Amino acid sequence: MEVPKTGEFAHIGKSVVIKGELSGSEDLYLDGQVEGSILLKGNDLTIGPNGQVKANVDAKGVTVQGKLEGNCTAGDRVDLRKSAVVMGDISAKRIAIEEGAYLKGKVDINREGAK
Amino acid sequence: MKLFRGSSSTPEPTEKAAAPKLQRRSSGLAEVARSWSSDDPLCILDLGATSAGNIRFFAERGHRIYSEDLLSASTEPDLVTKDEQGNTVLDSKKFLEENLVYPAAHFDVVLAWNLPDYLDESLVKPVVGRLWSVLKPGGMLLAFFHTKDAGPDSPCYRYHITGTDLVDMQPVLPQREVRRGPTGAVHRSIGAGFRLQRVFNNRHVENLFRDFASIKFFLSRDNIREVLVVR
Repeated sequence: MEVPKTGEFAHIGKSVVIKGELSGSEDLYLDGQVEGSILLKGNDLTIGPNGQVKANVDAKGVTVQGKLEGNCTAGDRVDLRKSAVVMGDISAKRIAIEEGAYLKGKVDINREGAK
Repeated sequence: MKLFRGSSSTPEPTEKAAAPKLQRRSSGLAEVARSWSSDDPLCILDLGATSAGNIRFFAERGHRIYSEDLLSASTEPDLVTKDEQGNTVLDSKKFLEENLVYPAAHFDVVLAWNLPDYLDESLVKPVVGRLWSVLKPGGMLLAFFHTKDAGPDSPCYRYHITGTDLVDMQPVLPQREVRRGPTGAVHRSIGAGFRLQRVFNNRHVENLFRDFASIKFFLSRDNIREVLVVR
């Protein structure tokens, strides 16, 4: 499973539990539990295979390998990997869904500016 | 109605390699496709296993696509309850509190694929009733039903739309958390795929959709009847 190796990523490990609003201006790899909201305007969020997120997510790019319950808005792209379980609406310019991913929700592709 | 409740001696698949796709021509889909070829954006509900291809297909055409895998949702163990006779059934009220929760008259098209044939008996009528209410008047629902020649081991497929009258069919091999079928007599092993629950004859299909304004059958050579109903 892909785990970013670069130090440019903030990393939340699988034993970490956060309740509340999570925001920042750097990319985030999240393998723990978050309940609340996640705001990473202009940056990418990766929910790792152990990640369990109950939150509305707003980021530039969102990659899901774990579980996301909440609406997901991406300025650019959403990637649902094969282990992803997403329950919520997705809005993005582009979306990629691997075979085996589970999605319950609406998908809106913002065609404005999409290529 | 022919029910399949017996055990199967078919060995379970031992690996979850990507299942091959079969192509099928669909007259029912061709009829539905006339509506989505218009410029007006439609609201479409896909009830099959999540298909990236279907989402892309409709999104590229400017339609709003909702995906909800009802068959997987029906394997939730919390749904198991007893009816008045003490039989193990699924709690349809609870199921509909958690699934298919949309405003009335919201969708132009519902793609049910082969859902009614594989869904637990206790959920079929309540789900069809809810689908009637979330469809717009004049909205269409497409479903595929096996004919009596189909056996209980007929594979449950994931349907990927590849053209206005073409679908790729891929056997559903659940890859996420494997759960035992909730009522025991139903899906003996979800890991081995979903089992055909029954075969509806034409009269049963007509009864199932009796609240709808019209019903049209399309017969094909592969033991499948396509049914297109209009609210």
